[in-house]
Amino acid sequence: MIRARGLGRDFGAKRVLQGLDFDVQRGGFLVVTGPNGSGKSTLLSLCAGLLVPTTGELVVQADRGEIGYVAHEPLVYRELTALENLDLFGRLYRVPERRERAGMLLERFGLWEARRQRVSSFSRGMAQRLALCRALLHEPTMLLLDEPYSSLDADASSLVDGVLSDYAGEKTIVAATHDAGRMRAFATEALALA
Amino acid sequence: MNYLGDVAALARKDLLLELRSRDTLPAMLLFVVSTLVVFHFALPADASDTATTGLLWVALLFTALLGLARAFVAEREERLLDGLVLAPCDRSAIWLGKGIGVLAFLGAAEVVALPAYALFFQPVGWELVVAVLLADIGLAAVGTLLAAMAAAGRARELLLPLLFLPLVIPVVVGGVGASVTDDPGRYLAFLGLYDAVFAILSWASFEYVVTE
Repeated sequence: MIRARGLGRDFGAKRVLQGLDFDVQRGGFLVVTGPNGSGKSTLLSLCAGLLVPTTGELVVQADRGEIGYVAHEPLVYRELTALENLDLFGRLYRVPERRERAGMLLERFGLWEARRQRVSSFSRGMAQRLALCRALLHEPTMLLLDEPYSSLDADASSLVDGVLSDYAGEKTIVAATHDAGRMRAFATEALALA
Repeated sequence: MNYLGDVAALARKDLLLELRSRDTLPAMLLFVVSTLVVFHFALPADASDTATTGLLWVALLFTALLGLARAFVAEREERLLDGLVLAPCDRSAIWLGKGIGVLAFLGAAEVVALPAYALFFQPVGWELVVAVLLADIGLAAVGTLLAAMAAAGRARELLLPLLFLPLVIPVVVGGVGASVTDDPGRYLAFLGLYDAVFAILSWASFEYVVTE
């Protein structure tokens, strides 16, 4: 599903990633760890097709509509409500019965009561939960998660654990995290960036 | 139908965002009216109609620039362009949806600007109205593409005017020409041709602007 050989990425004169080799099989779960600035987010952007490698080869066997991406930012419009955001992205991602699907996800992530509130009034944790709803809206076959536990309290973190538990083995998952221990139960591969 | 539905959803989103945040349109309205007031007092009382028409076009151009500078603010601040680019819809729909939003803001600014121009300087003829409408399409088409390019760059405040102003010189030529000559037809046709060429070029090249 994902194959990287000698993968590298520069930003100007700065080399962020260099000589990475890894494989993730369909249904595999790769946990990427490393300190700040080690290139975890860059690696996820490369896997999403948002960046192009500077060196090496990266093959991702998924169309862009099959990828669910949780980035550092929630990737939702702050002046739209939770429901309006999911409706817009559901339309763009060709989600059948998108309103029902959005409602189901909002309920699952504890945002149903806040569905008509603008995202600008959300806490960081609520916005992160909405980001997860957006990423899962179109039932992607591949999930790219950049610090999925970021800003989440214990209850919301348990929700993410539930999602990972449901999808581990079924969807291909690449997750960048500082908290590898939490994901160890689901991971099939690990990659430590220096 | 999916394509037009995507465009409509994206344009509606931009109008809704503006309705709620009121970040762009009030600034455009204030700018264009203030500029006309400044020109009114700066020009001598016997200034020619040609000179005032030229200044109207300058005011409209910089008003458009003001709106374009804010066109991708929501997408840039929240890295939302990544979310849109990952969607399986045709990426040119993002350009068209945004362009329709820009066009609506320009139109709204001109609904105020043209009566203000008539009040301060001279009556507005049908040639000027048609020229402004045609110019808006070209400004929105080219401007939206360049605003997306600038949003991805670092020196975006510099990049947008540096790219935009040279590319829209033909709009000023056509607009002023249509407004002051006895035969506006060929200038209006020129504006129409500019719109067609640059709309097609912008539509076709947007995908390459928003991806590496």
